[in-house]
Amino acid sequence: MVFGVILAGGIGSRMGNAEKPKQFLNIGGRPILIHTLEKFYVCPKFEKVLVLCPNRWMEHTKNLVKKYIADSSKIEVLEGGATRNDTIMNSIAYIEKNYGLDDETVIVTHDSVRPFVTHRIIEENIEKATEFDACDTVIPATDTIVRSDDNAIISEIPERSKMYQGQTPQSFKAKKLKELFEALSDEEKEILTDAAKIFVLKGQKVHLVEGEVSNIKITYPYDLRVAEALIKEN
Amino acid sequence: MLNAVYQLVEPRRFETVFQEINVTSDKILVRPTYLSICHADQRYYQGSRPAEILAKKLPMALLHECIGEIVYDPKGELKPGQRVVLIPNTPTQQDEVIAENYLRSSKFRSSSMDGFMQDYVPMERDRLVKLPDNINNEVAAFTELQSVSVHALSRFAVTANNNRNIMGIWGDGNLGYITAVFCKAMFPQMKLYIFGVHGEKLADFTFADEVYHINQIPEDLLVDHAFECVGGPGSQQAVEQIIDHIQPEGTISMMGVSEYPIPINTRMVLEKGLKLVGSSRSGREDFVKTIEICSSHPDIINYLSNIVGAVVPVRSLSDVRKAFEMDLQKSGGKTILEWNK
Repeated sequence: MVFGVILAGGIGSRMGNAEKPKQFLNIGGRPILIHTLEKFYVCPKFEKVLVLCPNRWMEHTKNLVKKYIADSSKIEVLEGGATRNDTIMNSIAYIEKNYGLDDETVIVTHDSVRPFVTHRIIEENIEKATEFDACDTVIPATDTIVRSDDNAIISEIPERSKMYQGQTPQSFKAKKLKELFEALSDEEKEILTDAAKIFVLKGQKVHLVEGEVSNIKITYPYDLRVAEALIKEN
Repeated sequence: MLNAVYQLVEPRRFETVFQEINVTSDKILVRPTYLSICHADQRYYQGSRPAEILAKKLPMALLHECIGEIVYDPKGELKPGQRVVLIPNTPTQQDEVIAENYLRSSKFRSSSMDGFMQDYVPMERDRLVKLPDNINNEVAAFTELQSVSVHALSRFAVTANNNRNIMGIWGDGNLGYITAVFCKAMFPQMKLYIFGVHGEKLADFTFADEVYHINQIPEDLLVDHAFECVGGPGSQQAVEQIIDHIQPEGTISMMGVSEYPIPINTRMVLEKGLKLVGSSRSGREDFVKTIEICSSHPDIINYLSNIVGAVVPVRSLSDVRKAFEMDLQKSGGKTILEWNK
């Protein structure tokens, strides 16, 4: 079984003075979260699409789903965790409890604030996670990446042709992800910025899925302007 | 849902825009799988249409020959994964006399509305026709062009007189070939003569009774009826020859598109009492009929497979450009896009 996992746990701290978390802001007249959710909702390969959000926004999210999605029975709104990976583990716990977890269960995790994801990206995530256990959506880096260990002086300038920028979805065999996560030490958990790193830290292969430049993450007010500019009336 | 639409913004330049699709409407979401390039698309791509036309039509998503798979049917009647042909003609009214493809109010993909170069295409239920398993993807990709031939042949069936011994088809390109293939299936009792300029292409019409180079047509040769499948400036010479070599009261079916007005020898049209029947595009019933004919004549699929040219896998807009450039350089055949953008 394949599950969509929409990560809507952000509290919008980087979105200037916006009152709501960014996933609830409108672009093209509808909430960003709904645009994103619809991409997963129409994909027939998902058994269910799980939306994980902060506890105090759960009712609001449920109302939005009811308002905008025809058959809301395919969608389940759940409470997220303290960190991104805790949130993903909550989704796996829900799947385990309601559907059982086997070696073939796949989760396609996606940022709720990337509404421009395409059919091909989602399909290739499902294919690669099914075949290889884990995959990550990336685009080749266009800017030179600079590493600084002390926040003051360049430590290294890696070869750009080997650098990629991570997007989402990130997709995994759920059972394996859970086992690897549980095997991490507290120090290892501390440095996690995303779920793909759980596999990498444990020496497991994570395959690349080619993303799209337009698959932007709406993080800052500037991104909202860009997003609006990408949308054109029919 | 924010749907990616890949529009031609100016000749040779595509850009991605996103358009809102309301998934709670009755429209069915279709994922394009195989598309094929038509001359009309190529003219937009190259910018060979008049500047005022380009200014009016662009930006616009190209391509109107397309098959796809059902992704989401709000009514659940069509199952996900079902292969379908997408009909580009989009009527906005019904008329008891005038066919949907001749109504001036109808819209047409990649002409008066966005074509099928999209992530998903929201389609009205009656703009989709199920595809049977025996038609392969590459041939199915240009069902639309086949349906244009079937439409013209169906009009011929009801407009032409009953002298139906010899059919002449002028034009050895894709349209001439496809029209000839379907003519053989729909009018098997008629002899089929092909008139063209390319020896190599004429040699592909192995199912025809005779093929002639247009400079070597016997003076006394006569056909009962004719199809003009040349188009462009060559239309003039083709129509001239047809008028010379057609029997009195014959029907000339005009199918070739030309950017410029084509002079016609009306004196001989009058003297011979000829019928000129214009034909353009097609409607739902032509698509249904095309698929029925293909299903009951498996040899047609083989003949049509012979004109599948390049099959270009498309994952990016630069792949789309590559497909259009390859299509430009080819000597014949249909260029197919295997859509994985």
